Amino acid sequence: MSTQDIRERIDAFPTHRIGPYRVRAGRPLPYGATPVPGGVNFSVYSDGATSMSLVLFERGATQPSAELEFPPEFRIGSVYAMTVFGLDAENLEYGFRADGPFDPARGDRFDGVKVLSDPYARLISGREVWGREPDWDNVYHYRSQVLNDDFDWGGDRPLRIPAEDLVIYETHVRGFTRHPSSKVSAPGTYAGMREKIPYLRELGVNCLELLPVFEFDELDNPRTDPVTGERLYNYWGYNTVSFFAPKAGYAATGPFGMQADEFKSLVKELHKAGIEVVLDVVFNHTAEGNEQGPTISFRGLDNATYYMLTPRGEYYNFSGTGNTVNCNHPVVRDFVLSCLRHWVAEYHIDGFRFDLAAILDRAPDGTPLPNPPLLEQLAHDPILRHTKLIAEAWDAAGLYQVGNFPNYGRWSEWNGKYRDTVRRFVKGEPGLVGELATRMAGSPDLYQGRTSSASVNFITAHDGFTLADLVSYNDKHNEANGENNNDGASDNNSWNCGEEGPSALAHVRELRMRQMKNLLTILLTSQGIPMILAGDEVGRTQLGNNNTYCQDNELSWFDWGRVETNAELLDFSRKLIAFRHAHPVLRTSDHPTGTDRVGSGYPDVSWHGVGAWAPDWADHGRVLAMMRCGRHAKGGTVADDHVYVAVNAHWEAHDLELPALPDGQRWHLFADTGTAVHPVGGEPELKHPGRFHLGAHSAVVLVGRAAHPTTA
Amino acid sequence: MAFDVRLRINDKVATIELSGELDASTAGEFHDTVSQAAGAGAVELVIRAEQLGYLSSAGLRSLVVARQKMGDEVRIAVVGASEPVARTIRLAGFDHSIDLVDA
Repeated sequence: MSTQDIRERIDAFPTHRIGPYRVRAGRPLPYGATPVPGGVNFSVYSDGATSMSLVLFERGATQPSAELEFPPEFRIGSVYAMTVFGLDAENLEYGFRADGPFDPARGDRFDGVKVLSDPYARLISGREVWGREPDWDNVYHYRSQVLNDDFDWGGDRPLRIPAEDLVIYETHVRGFTRHPSSKVSAPGTYAGMREKIPYLRELGVNCLELLPVFEFDELDNPRTDPVTGERLYNYWGYNTVSFFAPKAGYAATGPFGMQADEFKSLVKELHKAGIEVVLDVVFNHTAEGNEQGPTISFRGLDNATYYMLTPRGEYYNFSGTGNTVNCNHPVVRDFVLSCLRHWVAEYHIDGFRFDLAAILDRAPDGTPLPNPPLLEQLAHDPILRHTKLIAEAWDAAGLYQVGNFPNYGRWSEWNGKYRDTVRRFVKGEPGLVGELATRMAGSPDLYQGRTSSASVNFITAHDGFTLADLVSYNDKHNEANGENNNDGASDNNSWNCGEEGPSALAHVRELRMRQMKNLLTILLTSQGIPMILAGDEVGRTQLGNNNTYCQDNELSWFDWGRVETNAELLDFSRKLIAFRHAHPVLRTSDHPTGTDRVGSGYPDVSWHGVGAWAPDWADHGRVLAMMRCGRHAKGGTVADDHVYVAVNAHWEAHDLELPALPDGQRWHLFADTGTAVHPVGGEPELKHPGRFHLGAHSAVVLVGRAAHPTTA
Repeated sequence: MAFDVRLRINDKVATIELSGELDASTAGEFHDTVSQAAGAGAVELVIRAEQLGYLSSAGLRSLVVARQKMGDEVRIAVVGASEPVARTIRLAGFDHSIDLVDA
């Protein structure tokens, strides 16, 4: 059928006239604004509204150019749908006005005065330039716009990197290139990030996890810096305004309404570089907050549908932010599913990390469901079929599901127990050798019966200390957040190595460097999916602030000068990531059993202490060595070397006895966090084949293979 | 300045001269001209943009539409775009579909 034929379809002609506008009854699905031949189809759901209008603005105008009430015959079920012909979609902003009862005790909070954002809007205007103060008297702040989803993807297709092969890099679109040292053409934007793809490639990560990119309002934080009086921001963006729209303020072309294209270009180029994209998504709450918050969209369209309410109509607050999205209501399930499908189909996103995901398995009354329909639906959805689904498996009301998040064979979890164990062990706490072994083996205690990629291993994330601060501060220093240092986690399991904050003492600095390398070594040699916080590879500091959600400044931004000044740590990180990629034995998806399943003469994993084959599980033990037999790599299907990783969290050095290798093989030194790291494939053979002197607070990685001519 | 589009074809090289503002209201005219160039079997498309004062998002997309209409084998060059126009093309990532050339 040609375009001309489509224009001659019966439904391409108006049947009604509202003022100067020619309209006809629209299609209820899809929701939102969809370009159709000759016009735009608008569709919106509201169960309790008594009337519904489409409000049209010329782009940037303070007052509406028209208000078109949906005729009764344009309503199907509780969906209002109308096609409006002859609109200039490019210069159009729209919203809805829903009238109905204001009766909070019954859950209704309709406000016929407010112009409401379309929950399904593909583009939002009003915050196109990050941080620019808007006209607060504007009657309509977050303006819905029509988008043509017609990006030229060329031959782009999903990379489908096996989950166990991922190395995730968690970062923030703005923070990654906003620092002047980034030297990109448009700092703080999707386009700027695109210019840093070569850096990511060289680092070796193959999955970028982006903090929220759904439209939010960075200006919705009322606090100011207590010292400077400067405005504090909603920098991280965990306060979604519009779930289908990319953040315009992250796009250099946002003022031209090109944010969707700019973001898609970033995804396309990342894919070309072999890097997947995972989005951090926030479905547990919205920017509307509690009953004191603004009415932006959901509250005015159908408060009782979209939010969990007490029997008296008050907001449940399982998210710690005032409201909780009613995710297992059938209408909201549909919304979440449509949203994720949109990001996969239109933006080629490879996976999602769900903020406070435990909320997604709560029933409308807040009780945890044994078989939450939303999670099941997401796990089996045909469009999401090959995307990664990662849960932050807890919420702010005490539901902690690490290890038992309903997973349907699909979901991975941020492993908070991994983080805590590794931190506590490396700082030198006793009694953790056994648990560290369990965590390094992929946490089979938590994920038995699932693949080891159920565990997303991390030591640091955006929320908490950076790696450098973890080894530089005993206590959080969040004064700049304006909450008297009461915000942010207090149980950080951190150790300052002898001095709080920056230190001029050489031995403190050296110890911190070793500790960072020790932590990275454990992370990159553990079974499961490693996740690195952006900047940790160059020792990024937030000066002890462990909750920089509001800090849009050098506390949060990636200082690219560190690529030079901290080249040692960057080199170590690159080589360590390359080592993981080179050794499939570290990326096996089945949990190791400690037995020999392939007839190699060695168990798939074995544990050692100062003595070979003699792990010290006692409370006072602070040395653990893990040997992986390469013959077991990927279930014995691919060849690999033996890998031996030993960590000494003790304040004294130890002479380790090394386990013997098969005939003709020798131990080669890949990395000693106290001395050197070597290129993958260029590891020198140990001078003393059967032992290794491991310094205090150090880790070593050895690789066992046929003798190499050089020695270390 | 009113929008104007002119097409010349010399030895299988099609040249489209644009002037004025290329936006949603004028993109259709541009599309039709590109179709003519494609129909004439042009092996190269040169878009002269020196006189183009403004390029909206719809105008930008129409450059990508040109790419798709002409086929992957045909080189498309946008010549002489002003710096704001060229910068927008680059930042949105459309410079991967077409060549941006100084006049």
